[in-house]
Amino acid sequence: MASVTISDLRKSFGTVEVLHGVSIDIEDGEFAVLVGPSGCGKSTLLRMLAGLEHVTSGEIRIGSEVVNELPPKDRDIAMVFQNYALYPHMTVAENMAFSLSLKGAPKAEIAEKVRPAAEILGLAKLLDRYPRQLSGGQRQRVAMGRAIVRDPQVFLFDEPLSNLDAKLRVSMRTEIKNLHQRLSTTTVYVTHDQIEAMTMADKIVVMHDGRVEQIGAPLELYDRPANLFVAGFIGSPAMNLLPGRVDGGRFVGDGGVSLPLPPPAPGASAGAGMIYGLRPESMSLGGDIPFRVEVVEPTGSETHVMGSVGGVPVVGVFRERIAARPGEEIHVGIDVGATHLFDAGSGMRLSA
Amino acid sequence: MARARRGGPLVWLTESRNGLGLIFMLPAAVFLICFLTYPLGLGVWLAFTDTKIGRAGIFIGLENFTWLSEDRVFWLSVFNTFFYTLIASVLKFALGLWLALILNENLPFKNFFRAVILLPWVVPTVLSALAFWWIFDSQFSIISWVLMKWGMIDAPINFLGEPWNARFSVIAANVWRGIPFVAISLLAGLQTIPQSLNEAAALDGATSWQRFRRITLPLLTPIIAVVMTFSVLFTFTDFQLIYVLTRGGPVNATHLMATLSFQRAIPGGQLGEGAAIAVAMIPFLLAAILFSFFGLQRRRWQQGGGD
Ligand SMILES: Nc1ncnc2c1ncn2[C@@H]1O[C@H](COP(=O)(O)OP(=O)(O)OP(=O)(O)O)[C@@H](O)[C@H]1O
Ligand SMILES: [Mg+2]
Repeated sequence: MASVTISDLRKSFGTVEVLHGVSIDIEDGEFAVLVGPSGCGKSTLLRMLAGLEHVTSGEIRIGSEVVNELPPKDRDIAMVFQNYALYPHMTVAENMAFSLSLKGAPKAEIAEKVRPAAEILGLAKLLDRYPRQLSGGQRQRVAMGRAIVRDPQVFLFDEPLSNLDAKLRVSMRTEIKNLHQRLSTTTVYVTHDQIEAMTMADKIVVMHDGRVEQIGAPLELYDRPANLFVAGFIGSPAMNLLPGRVDGGRFVGDGGVSLPLPPPAPGASAGAGMIYGLRPESMSLGGDIPFRVEVVEPTGSETHVMGSVGGVPVVGVFRERIAARPGEEIHVGIDVGATHLFDAGSGMRLSA
Repeated sequence: MARARRGGPLVWLTESRNGLGLIFMLPAAVFLICFLTYPLGLGVWLAFTDTKIGRAGIFIGLENFTWLSEDRVFWLSVFNTFFYTLIASVLKFALGLWLALILNENLPFKNFFRAVILLPWVVPTVLSALAFWWIFDSQFSIISWVLMKWGMIDAPINFLGEPWNARFSVIAANVWRGIPFVAISLLAGLQTIPQSLNEAAALDGATSWQRFRRITLPLLTPIIAVVMTFSVLFTFTDFQLIYVLTRGGPVNATHLMATLSFQRAIPGGQLGEGAAIAVAMIPFLLAAILFSFFGLQRRRWQQGGGD
């Protein structure tokens, strides 16, 4: 096991720079999740960690060793590919044993390592099958098994669950998390699904267009998003963002609605050109803010209400069952501690 | 169908499923019979007669074959054919695979090189044979000339005049001509192997030789089997190159079964005997086809559903 330190990492394909100086510290045994929209450079970063892409500039350390020029086979890293990359001509057992047999490990030792890994993953009955004869979820587990058997310094996962159906995805999520708790191997996990990121990570790295937007624990990102991008990306349904200005100790929306201000960050200057961030789930029924209802979606446990506040489209999530009809107006209250203020120009957070 | 029958054979032919099928198959069947089965059948028939050019023969049973079995030249041509096929195929396979591997890497001007590789194949055989004829000329050979310039030999090499020189020379020409087919086909095969398998193997700690041995080669075997079957069949039945380069000489040292068959049948006039030599090739060709049939069967890992 080892820590992973990435400092000012850049990557260009030809003349196009796709990573613009990325710095991330991942501690020994940590489960770090890279999350961001499609094309932001997550896979590229992961492949550079694995040694499959050349480093344009910057530095990657595994433990204390700089590995920039180290070929993949010497990095002691196991990667689970998005398409699993199972060797089609080998059985499940052979796939899992491949790295050991390359080293010329004796049969007994191979069996000793493959068996427990197969048991953990529920593959014991499938050891003689070929990848073609497996379902998607089973293949996914074989790919993980191949990584576990290696007992590497670092695990890399590139969107391993994106090919699975919703239910299997949830259960595999738990399995991976369990596995990490059992093995506590440093793990870097790529996904574009923020729920996956929130539920699995010790540390989330939010990326956007080849830059790191924010690094932090899941709830830290949820409670204190550093900028508008993170605010909009983390949380589901997404945070409501209302443009407006600060006037007389209140936030005044462009549509005229007046909202209570969160405590400002020290030294932040508030004035015109602000964005007010309001999480759907931090609203409650029975306040003084008028909310015009357009669509009501009961999910059973809660009710999603789409509508508008001061002319701006807003989504609210309420515990109560709401019987409001479209076009009606309800009144909502806001948990001021859970609101956010951003600068509209720079997108940076202004509230504490 | 019973109802259609009642309307007479014409109605049955045009309206029932089987009747229509028959009609649609007819052109292909006629084509196959006229251009494939008839010549093949005629050839086999001739092999059992004593037909000569200008004289219809009579059936003589296995006499041609008995005669051949005591014919030293025939057995020499059998040896030559096997030697030629074996050496040329092994060389074509090794060099073709090597070229395919190189072309599969990301090199500059990749497409240019891929096009160049195809050249020997698109040139008409006779033309390339003539070029080799020059290259192997006993007086003006460029190879001899270069080697003499470098002081490695004193006199020009007699490429096509010495039995073993001639055998290796025609093999060299055949290999040159056959490599593109092997290389391009194997290259196509290599490109069907997902890059991520090689990357996964590299992460699993495989050296590049181990990746080749344990990933690339096993995944390529189905294509190797197809390509080499074709290559062996083409080489075994080769005619043009030999005929232009040596006409089977010197003293029959490069006669293949195909060239000997032609030699005996057309210039020699012994149609029956020539046909018998050609027919003698059939068991070997069938063996090669059977071998590839079993080699080509889907391996266990290729079976079953999935993407
Ligand atoms: N080999 C390449 N050559 C040129 N550009 C590339 C190459 N690989 C990736 N890119 C570019 O780099 C950027 C980042 O790609 P990357 O695959 O890392 O995205 P990603 O974050 O993994 O996205 P996704 O979530 O869709 O997998 C993209 O804009 C992509 O077009
Ligand atoms: Mg990706």
